[in-house]
Amino acid sequence: MSHDGIKAALEAFLDAEFSPDLSLVEWRKRLVSAGWAAPSWPDAYFGRDFSQAEALVVSQVFAERRVVGAAQVGPRRLAAETILAHGTHEQKQRYLPKILTGEHAWCQLFSEPGSGSDLAGASTRADRKADHWLINGQKVWNTSAHHADFGILVARSNWDLPKHQGLSYFLIDMRQPGVEVRPLKQMNGHASFNEVFLTDARVALDDLVGGEGQGWAVATATLSIERQGFARGRSQGAPAPASAGRVYEELARELEIDNEPYTWYPQREGRPDLILQRAQETGAIEDDAVRQEMAKLVCLTEAARISADQVSAHQKSGGQGMLPAGSIGKLGASVIARQAAHVHTMISGASAMLSGPESAFEGVIAETLISVPAISIAGGTDEIQRNIIAERVLGMPKEQRMDTGPFRDIPRNGQ
Amino acid sequence: MQTVLSDDQVQFKHVVHRFFDTHSTTTAVRALAETETGFDPLVWSQLSETLGLTGTHLPEQYGGHGFGPVELGIIQEEMGRTLYCGPFFSSAVMAGYALERFADEAAKTERLPQIADGSIRATLVLDDLNHPSQVGRLIAADQAGALTGSAPIVLDGCSAEVFFIVAREDSGLGLYALAAKAPGAEVSAQDSIDMTRKVARVTLQEAAGTRIGSVTPQSLNRFWDLTSVALAHEMIGGASRLLDETVEYTKGRYQFGRPIGSFQALKHRCADLLMNLEFAKAATQHAGFCLAASDQETIYPSMAKAMAADCFMEMARAAIQLRGGIGFTWENDTHLWFKRAKCDEVLLGAPYRHRARMMDILQETQDVA
Ligand SMILES: Cc1cc2nc3c(=O)[nH]c(=O)nc-3n(C[C@H](O)[C@H](O)[C@H](O)COP(=O)(O)OP(=O)(O)OC[C@H]3O[C@@H](n4cnc5c(N)ncnc54)[C@H](O)[C@@H]3O)c2cc1C
Repeated sequence: MSHDGIKAALEAFLDAEFSPDLSLVEWRKRLVSAGWAAPSWPDAYFGRDFSQAEALVVSQVFAERRVVGAAQVGPRRLAAETILAHGTHEQKQRYLPKILTGEHAWCQLFSEPGSGSDLAGASTRADRKADHWLINGQKVWNTSAHHADFGILVARSNWDLPKHQGLSYFLIDMRQPGVEVRPLKQMNGHASFNEVFLTDARVALDDLVGGEGQGWAVATATLSIERQGFARGRSQGAPAPASAGRVYEELARELEIDNEPYTWYPQREGRPDLILQRAQETGAIEDDAVRQEMAKLVCLTEAARISADQVSAHQKSGGQGMLPAGSIGKLGASVIARQAAHVHTMISGASAMLSGPESAFEGVIAETLISVPAISIAGGTDEIQRNIIAERVLGMPKEQRMDTGPFRDIPRNGQ
Repeated sequence: MQTVLSDDQVQFKHVVHRFFDTHSTTTAVRALAETETGFDPLVWSQLSETLGLTGTHLPEQYGGHGFGPVELGIIQEEMGRTLYCGPFFSSAVMAGYALERFADEAAKTERLPQIADGSIRATLVLDDLNHPSQVGRLIAADQAGALTGSAPIVLDGCSAEVFFIVAREDSGLGLYALAAKAPGAEVSAQDSIDMTRKVARVTLQEAAGTRIGSVTPQSLNRFWDLTSVALAHEMIGGASRLLDETVEYTKGRYQFGRPIGSFQALKHRCADLLMNLEFAKAATQHAGFCLAASDQETIYPSMAKAMAADCFMEMARAAIQLRGGIGFTWENDTHLWFKRAKCDEVLLGAPYRHRARMMDILQETQDVA
């Protein structure tokens, strides 16, 4: 479809259907049934089969007209894209619309106290009963779990198989007695991630994704979607279009809750966008040493942007897969964040120690300096990305493994 | 603007790749490095007459093929990959772009076709290769066009047939042409770390040049951008080749009963190298697309030169380190690329100068906005 054609069709739809007096959910239901909520999704599942460029036209029109779009924030997108790729027809019908309308928030229940990088070493139990799965164990570092209605869960359904083969992937209802969520305070003072205790929690049999024992393959898909998010830079915490009317009021309320865990996320990316302004305001821009470091940062941010654009252009023309590109982009995001924090520190000088009312940009710079360490851990550490790049992109020989054979015999934490 | 190479450009890349794979083997490179002129006339005539590579980026009205910085970048990348030895960069790129940017109409009509078809090998005599603002300090022209002064580094100075010379005038800079053998011109070979690219000192004593154009600060900047991006492509080609070969080496070399490529320290180093390369490559390609799209001054050419230079040098250091002792020998080929990396790093401005220029441009465009 031509870009003008898309614009015209969408404008006509908005003229006919959008009103600020609708309820948020009612408006988004209309978007979903017309395929405008997720235009890059397949025709058969609430989308329009649009390319990335076509989908961009749609979001531009939304932004121009200050129209409320589908719910975006948090791990709900990871869940949605995974279900779209690996879920059954029934799962797609049941879960996808409510993800888009914002009726359901999701969280990602992958990491455990005993296994983070080594996700395939998960030891949360999934035991198959007559008409449900019974889940027991503990998850940790689960962002937004305290707001979530559902979770994507990796658990062990077989202890006798090698570790990667004994995992299954589930969609779990967080609003049940067997699920207890406790927020964890982070080094930057926020509490966006949680520990999640699963005690005889239940999952319906048809909430298994990808078949019993297929958990690793499905989880890998989720992780690769997650890394692409890092590589592109996130839109979490983006301000909502504000205007008068019921739909805007309800959106503001939704975002107050949804965005709460993410207010510091732009800071963990190092806030390179604030560097030039800061350097000019402080006069640090006159300092040749600072200028050199600023230029290095611009090199990184611009190259990351260009490289991500090239990857999407390649993909559009049916080019190479995304996994390695995601790892390079994720590693790049860490390097950028560290360089940005380094330059902010140079610019601020001694004032970099302040976090109170006299700190720059009302504490945003201080928060940046103490949030950057998260980006090289969350979503797979830098070291794990380097392993992936070396082994899967460069084809270097694999590490010798100590974790083959039945999972129950492998040395684990706390044993 | 373009984001990735078109199908035609990819096709062109294959053709160029095959040519240099065949004609610029390391055996050939090593043999030419030992010669005085440093190039093989037969390969030169094939690449210029048969393939027409020398005219790729030059305008059709002056005998070129009318393509641009992107296609030139493809050639340069393949040359860097194979360390092609010959006057392509000095004649087609430096002299070619200098004529195109600085020369007046008559001089372009007369001289560019010979550069474009490779029948004349020219070189550009610039008395400074570090920064455009320093050009013209060492060579001056008097009212009659007599040129006096010296340029310490002239690419392929010993084998060029014609010099185009940028000289200081009463006000500003002019472009002059001079036959290499003209009276008053003295050429002496300089030893270079990089034996695969020959350099010479050119000293002029009242040499009677022909004035063929004017060099403005704007046109000099544009020239610097065009040549810097061409050079960045060469560096990306060299760096890619080094990474491929280094990774292969770590797969085959065994220590402690396992391939050294299975040691995580080396894997992580290679992963970082690949990330640097991907970023520098993206930046360089983008710079080519920007140059092709408009005359507008942007940060991208300097960004490409700075990133490609740092990437190539870092890659060359690692390529030697990951080979251990053999990497430090004359017999092993790695040092050939290491030395090219070192010379490319400083040719047309070391990375810090390009980063400084990026900041100048960023501030200017900010002030305008
Ligand atoms: C802000 C934030 C949000 C998060 N959100 C979520 C979420 O929503 N859901 C979720 O499930 N998880 C989440 N995580 C968890 C995150 O994915 C893990 O913390 C991460 O994968 C690392 O696991 P770990 O903490 O167990 O550390 P470990 O795996 O114990 O790693 C410790 C150190 O060992 C290194 N290491 C481990 N294995 C190797 C190896 N093979 N080679 C070299 N080095 C190695 C690591 O790089 C690291 O430096 C979040 C984390 C953070 C910081």
